[in-house]
Amino acid sequence: MQWETVIGLEVHVQLATQSKIFSGASTAFGAEPNTQACAVDLGLPGVLPVLNEAAVAMAVQFGLAIHAEIPEVSVFDRKNYFYPDLPKGYQTSQMYHPIVGAGEVEITLEDGSTKRVGVHHAHLEEDAGKSLHEDFHGMTGIDLNRAGTPLLEIVSEPDMRSAKEAAAYLKAIHSIVTYLGISDGNMAEGSMRCDVNVSVRPEGQESFGTRAEIKNVNSFRFVERAIEFEVERQIELLEDGGEVIQETRLFDPERDETRSMRTKEEANDYRYFPCPDLLPVVLDAAYVDHLREALPELPDEKRARFQGELGLSAYDAGVLSASRAMAEYFEAVKDACGDAKQAANWVQGELSGALNREGLAITDSPVSARQLGELIGRVIDDTINGKAAKQVFQALWHGEGDSADAIIEAKGLKQVTDTGAIEAMIDRVIAESPAQVAQYRDAEPEKRGKMIGYFVGQVMKASRGTANPQQVNQLLKEKLDALC
Amino acid sequence: MHDKTLTELAACLAAGEFTSRELTESLLARIDRLDGEINSLITVTPDAAREAADRADAARAKGEAGPLTGLPLAIKDLFCTDGVLTTAGSRMLANFVAPYDASVVERLKAAGTVSLGKTNLDEFAMGSSNENSHFGPVKNPWDLAAVPGGSSGGSAAAVAAGLVPAAMGTDTGGSIRQPAAFCGITGLKPTYGRVSRWGIIAYASSLDQAGPMARTAEDCALLLNAIAGHDLRDSTSVARGVPDYTEELAAPLSGLKIGLPREYFGDGLDPEVESAVREAVKVYESLGATVREVSLPHTHYAIPAYYVIAPAEASANLSRYDGVRFGHRCEAPTDLIDLYERSRAEGFGEEVKRRILIGTHTLSEGFFDAYYKKAQQVRRLIRQDFLDAFEEVDVLMGPASPTPAFDLGARKDPVSMYLQDIYTIAVNLAGIPGISVPAGFAGGRPAEGRPVGLQILGTHFAEARLLNVAHRFQQATDWHLRRPAFAEENA
Repeated sequence: MQWETVIGLEVHVQLATQSKIFSGASTAFGAEPNTQACAVDLGLPGVLPVLNEAAVAMAVQFGLAIHAEIPEVSVFDRKNYFYPDLPKGYQTSQMYHPIVGAGEVEITLEDGSTKRVGVHHAHLEEDAGKSLHEDFHGMTGIDLNRAGTPLLEIVSEPDMRSAKEAAAYLKAIHSIVTYLGISDGNMAEGSMRCDVNVSVRPEGQESFGTRAEIKNVNSFRFVERAIEFEVERQIELLEDGGEVIQETRLFDPERDETRSMRTKEEANDYRYFPCPDLLPVVLDAAYVDHLREALPELPDEKRARFQGELGLSAYDAGVLSASRAMAEYFEAVKDACGDAKQAANWVQGELSGALNREGLAITDSPVSARQLGELIGRVIDDTINGKAAKQVFQALWHGEGDSADAIIEAKGLKQVTDTGAIEAMIDRVIAESPAQVAQYRDAEPEKRGKMIGYFVGQVMKASRGTANPQQVNQLLKEKLDALC
Repeated sequence: MHDKTLTELAACLAAGEFTSRELTESLLARIDRLDGEINSLITVTPDAAREAADRADAARAKGEAGPLTGLPLAIKDLFCTDGVLTTAGSRMLANFVAPYDASVVERLKAAGTVSLGKTNLDEFAMGSSNENSHFGPVKNPWDLAAVPGGSSGGSAAAVAAGLVPAAMGTDTGGSIRQPAAFCGITGLKPTYGRVSRWGIIAYASSLDQAGPMARTAEDCALLLNAIAGHDLRDSTSVARGVPDYTEELAAPLSGLKIGLPREYFGDGLDPEVESAVREAVKVYESLGATVREVSLPHTHYAIPAYYVIAPAEASANLSRYDGVRFGHRCEAPTDLIDLYERSRAEGFGEEVKRRILIGTHTLSEGFFDAYYKKAQQVRRLIRQDFLDAFEEVDVLMGPASPTPAFDLGARKDPVSMYLQDIYTIAVNLAGIPGISVPAGFAGGRPAEGRPVGLQILGTHFAEARLLNVAHRFQQATDWHLRRPAFAEENA
């Protein structure tokens, strides 16, 4: 039987507010345990929440970016359950009236095709603290620094049909939130976390199969692997005449498998009800308009512009618009050198290669966009040739000079385009290579093209790479052919 | 000194008849001597009181005294007080020292008042008799066999016994007005949102409201001036100007339109309470008011709606008491569930557990619509009843409680206890202000009997009007000047 996979994602995005969603405590990552938890975060008796307006603005901006409906009124509810890292015994969330209504996200697949994935809604809530199971001699430590950090939970429709689509969707969400600057999107630090709902059904069947929810899958790669494993598990189960049960599962990246955590019967009744300590959030049209005007150019718009206005290929446009940092870097290079295609080639080639080798993010690149743009400019205006340009790039990368020009000057890499000087070098090479010249002369004319490479190499070597390669080629051919 | 109103004490301090320190010492001595019997205070803070009194006297010497500078009072043990035990009347918080002051406490400190201690209450403000306290029941100074009412029973009894001239209370379903009525003092529940809830241990957040309890409406006005106002830390507090509540106190009442809700004079109302209230209404007629009957048709739904909404909110509000971070923790828990179960089983009293169970049940899947949603619909109807009535009349009057104070231990059945609040509960559901003023006695045992409270209700933010109406009554009557034999014998 042919099976179809159905996937829906719940993505939790930590919003990059300075302070927590309902208190004034800092949200900075990595502080000593419990040093960034105030009376409100600790859930002390008598404390009250006050909504952080910055979190509201960020959620609305996300809604606008995915073309979602922004309801005039949203309401915070209490989600009740007991856990040691949940200080109040309830999480303040939005169950019935979320801040962002239905919207959609466009994803680009590896073959360059696009697909729209529906977003059911997105709601604001507070993060819980962390339970620390190491270093406490069999006891559990509680760190409440994270408690109260604002989260935007983005709930997709069950629109994805493969692990690749799910990963592409997650990347699209990552790209939108980082473009908006509403999250650092750092999955390793937990700024973006993902619950995956997976089910399978016989191809052609209308109704959904029973789904399993895989909790807390925290990297793009793990999302793909967890889904692949889970799909295989479900299909195997069904083909053996078994039944998928609705349950929550955990992905174990070390064993590359999912494991049952709790079944539906064991599921909590969260007893949601409106939080009486918070007023409904009422957004007037002017406020939403103001946020809409402040929206930056979003990845889809950028990709379209890179393709349309700058003439980049769909692939290049996609890669260069994938993150805001990448796009901004690329555009700065392009502005500095004046050539979008060259800028695209350098950013995706030499620069990305170097960054990947050293595991650096583009924001940490030792070569600034301006430096790279100026370097490309020197290739375009024929000051240096491509080979020298790579040398200059390496020098910039290692901090050997402040600008391409300074390095070109210091290393004497300026391209030799003077015909007389090149001819002198060619004459010397020909004079020093009688055997090769003889071979050249004796060869069939159609094989000579290949043999000229040796002479080019010798001349370039003699010029320490500075001779203009086209000129060298041309002049060598003329001179060698004259000898035949 | 113990017999005077806040206003009188303020005049004495201003005239230099005695200092705040002398007043404080005198009341501390009285507490020491008498509170063993009444049990109105859970914690007495003599050192902090003396320091505050000295600061007040120093401020006065520098000519920096305000209207409340140096005046002593007590605070219900539901308000967090920085560095002072804050128990909510519960074993759960018997060891809890708050690290911060509630807004009300902050404002009272800033006004120069001198807190003598924290008053007893029904556990987590859940009760109508003050018998639900982990720290033992409070006795009614008018009759030591009677309850003082609840949940602010300690505050009411402390004022009635002359231990403090005023105290802070909170009122979720009548917890200021009913004990004020039972103890023959004046108690005001302001409009929901008028006074910040920051730092008040939550029972039912959409109903809780703090207010003053004192001998007279004038004293309540003085205190409300200090505690009312917007607070950025409480999203439900209202950004609305605070008038000087003492300014309109003496305004004449001619033309005042009084409504008597038909539903507040029906079955279950003690005849002596009814006659005291009707006598009080006659006093108003003599002051130029007109009286008519009105109807609040959804009154009989108030208690069921309240006992859905309040426990629902309480069930969540009390989840934080889990033995993990503060408060009672059971001995040697075997695992997390054991820690939760035993800490909460040991830490909470019977009535608190009952309300947590009710609230947990009504919020559960499959019951939410039938209970919580329905109760919220009823709540809107009840509110509308009041708004309709206030289209016709300026204030509503009736009894604060269907009976005078009952005997300690007399009400074992929780439902009969809940019915105590039939006249006060709808007021919290509607969010309007109400005040209870002494209006006579009932029962005739011992000497005079037990106090009766007249409840006066106004529309949202009509506190100034309520205080004016109450004050004029106190100008025309002397019920509020009567003192229990207990207080007088121990003068």
